Amino acid sequence: MTQVPSIAEEQLSTSLSSSKSVTLRIARFNPEHENERKFMEFTIPYEKWTTVLEAILEVKKHFDHSVAVRYSCRQATCGSCGMIINGKPRLACFTKISELDSDIVTVEPMNNFPIIRDLAVRFERLFDTHHKIKPYLIRDDSEITSNEKEFLQSPEELEQYIQFSNCIKCGLCNSACPTMATDSSFVGPQALAQAYRYVADSRDKGKDSRLKVIDDSHGIWRCHFAGSCSQVCPKGVDPAMGIQFLRGYLLGFRS
Amino acid sequence: MTQQDENKEGIGGMINPRRYGIERVAYLLMRLSGLGLLAYFIGHIYETSSILKGEVGWNEFLELTQTNEGHAVLAIVIAMCVFHTVNGIRVMLGHGGVGVGKPARPDYPYTPASQNARHKIGIYSAIVLAAIAMMYGLAVMFGE
Ligand code: SF4
Ligand code: FES
Repeated sequence: MTQVPSIAEEQLSTSLSSSKSVTLRIARFNPEHENERKFMEFTIPYEKWTTVLEAILEVKKHFDHSVAVRYSCRQATCGSCGMIINGKPRLACFTKISELDSDIVTVEPMNNFPIIRDLAVRFERLFDTHHKIKPYLIRDDSEITSNEKEFLQSPEELEQYIQFSNCIKCGLCNSACPTMATDSSFVGPQALAQAYRYVADSRDKGKDSRLKVIDDSHGIWRCHFAGSCSQVCPKGVDPAMGIQFLRGYLLGFRS
Repeated sequence: MTQQDENKEGIGGMINPRRYGIERVAYLLMRLSGLGLLAYFIGHIYETSSILKGEVGWNEFLELTQTNEGHAVLAIVIAMCVFHTVNGIRVMLGHGGVGVGKPARPDYPYTPASQNARHKIGIYSAIVLAAIAMMYGLAVMFGE
């Protein structure tokens, strides 16, 4: 009778093996018990296709299970695995070690988000600001009630906002934003881009109420069009574009 | 919550120009030139107020700008003024949604349309024009 390997044995046998290896530096910090961040180093073999997330999971499997990291889909869809990788906010599951072109890969928690532990950060504020801009269609009628017609939309109308609906709420844009670096009350590029997503939707009638929310001292006027949000967005949302269009309404450039 | 608790990057992160390309260099220069011009404006009001001390006081103060140091400061002011104006026009147009591209279904590798060549050219032009204006100013002031 063949012996079924235990999970631990299976995990040991699935260790990455390659001729190439990288030094993975992981920021360790537990705000409840420590005062400052420390780095732990691990040597991890990798292939051309190995992602940073896989390398972190390799550490968890074979060296230190206590490393705290949030992930789920492993395919740039759930927005859970944002972190600072070699100085820039990126998705760990969407970043291959080979493309970083470095023998050392340093992973740290995202900036401008409170740290829970190690690489895991709190998302409450991002979800709050996202909620604040009313991320749903606002109108009096509904497609759900019987006898109502489906809200029709032309492909051209869809094109106006479809790019912005790609947002996976990963928070990389908020982490790269220079305003968020100093102003924790700023509504942030993620929420502003989503405000534009709904304002640009031909089915929506809530433009005025959303503009009222963002026309605030910590609202859209704090954006200085540095564009870093768009440079780090892993889904091509281009928040900087949406924000400037949105401000165009308030400045009278658009109606 | 303290800054440490919030894990905010702080002013150091805000002004770091080494990440995210020339746009963040422009962002930093815009802030520095803005503060520099504000300081100059305050200094200028103080300087012109010396006229209250009569012609002698005014001339004495004006001599400050005739020194090498004074010329160097004025040359920097010229550069700040030109950069802030040219880049300011670029940013103002961008703020209204002008020249930031058109929404479109994004394709990998997701090059952001708002970070386009027109804006990069605008930034480089602002830097080059500021440098030319500064050099012209230096030539006029030191060439006397
Ligand atoms: S706009 Fe892009 S970077 Fe920002 S939360 Fe959405 S997907 Fe992430
Ligand atoms: S694990 Fe879901 S986005 Fe990376």
